[in-house]
Amino acid sequence: MPTTPVASERIVHTESVPGARYWSLVIKRGYTLRLTDRDGCANASLLGYNPRNPLERYNMADTLKGQHISRLTRGNMLFSDMGRALFSIIEDTVGWHDPIGGISDAALIRERYGEARFQEHWNDFYRDGRELFLIELAKWGLGSRDLVIPVNFFQKVTADDDGNLHYHGNHSHPGASVDLRAESDTLVVLTTAPHPMAPGPDYHPGPVDLMIYRSAPVTDQDFCIHNAPENARAYANTLIANCQE
Amino acid sequence: MPAMNLKESPLRPENAVHRETVPAGEWWMAEIRKGQTFRIVDVEGNEAADTLFYSLDDPQEEHYSAVDTARGQGNVYLTTGTPLVSNKGNAMLTITADTCGRHDTLGGACSAEANQMRYALDKKPMHSCRDNFLHAIQESPYGLSKRDVVSNINFFMNVPVTPAGGLSFQDGISGPGKYVEMRAEMDVIALVSNCPQLNNPCSGFNPTPLEMIIWD
Repeated sequence: MPTTPVASERIVHTESVPGARYWSLVIKRGYTLRLTDRDGCANASLLGYNPRNPLERYNMADTLKGQHISRLTRGNMLFSDMGRALFSIIEDTVGWHDPIGGISDAALIRERYGEARFQEHWNDFYRDGRELFLIELAKWGLGSRDLVIPVNFFQKVTADDDGNLHYHGNHSHPGASVDLRAESDTLVVLTTAPHPMAPGPDYHPGPVDLMIYRSAPVTDQDFCIHNAPENARAYANTLIANCQE
Repeated sequence: MPAMNLKESPLRPENAVHRETVPAGEWWMAEIRKGQTFRIVDVEGNEAADTLFYSLDDPQEEHYSAVDTARGQGNVYLTTGTPLVSNKGNAMLTITADTCGRHDTLGGACSAEANQMRYALDKKPMHSCRDNFLHAIQESPYGLSKRDVVSNINFFMNVPVTPAGGLSFQDGISGPGKYVEMRAEMDVIALVSNCPQLNNPCSGFNPTPLEMIIWD
């Protein structure tokens, strides 16, 4: 499925995040964040917080049980722990994004890829998901206690009938994209370190291209809101949270 | 690891150092020392025990991690042999006996707001596990806050995940007197909410007591 072009007058910002780096910004209600897996090997690991009260944040369990899913794709929403929608996935050319794999840490990266320090490799040194999240969270006054379970966009992990976890390599493709429509102002903290279940041994986490564009008006027939009654109720709660704007 | 690893314990409740019944809808918080064994008994069956663990040495920085536990053993369900892993990659406790066979760690805890989203906007007044968690940490001396209420374990809860990407809350596979038992690998704080959920089958639509038993 090809990515839908966005008219240039709706685009307010584009930017690229290299592999093994970080990014953060508040995506305002009414805008959409498009993530593009430029080379087909990115792990766009994303957390979302209410910028006015960061204690409200993306919640894996509520997102999964509310929609009876263990993967994210078009039609799904990312719920906060307060029964509200942070983002709706309005477009997706991949079909499966991983909400259960978690993040890598320094020990995992060292074990799987070996060591590559700054001293020898300068800015090609190996970095891990935990480190990158902690650095970027710190810029917003957040820390390890706020480092909850992220969504790993462009990654796929399945569980078989006995519950055994399987990582699906080469799941994404060059140019694959996913569009996240902000339903509330949401602080996005994004990292691009390797997925913790990627097998190695080559360390080459891919870059992610970002685009922010003005969302089309939400209609009465909106696909995400009407995808499930839980989505409609979360959206109703979100409207209440924004009722004085 | 097999999906179900049923194993009975040789420990006898009459030799325990602590026994306590927790009625439905109430919370229980206790320190469990390294080497002690902790059992939760589903006294009347089909009750959910929403459970979190914190390191006693550093409760704000080290806590139970659902995804590190699942990824660590390569399986989403908890049963005998499962190390319950922290966000720092350490085994906090190890499940040593389990007569239920499968426990969930993806479904999280119910809350007033999640009940609104899941069932109806007017469900907000119904009691919930996250109300219990928040009340417990506010009353406790450990300096915990809402940010420390992370993804928990649901002992005795059956939340199957499908290869096609589904997840559902199904009728409990537990029954009267079934239990899960774990050995503490470090000093921990246990926080349990005896689930008051009346909107889905996680407590069999009839929340009932749990018994907590600790052995030295």
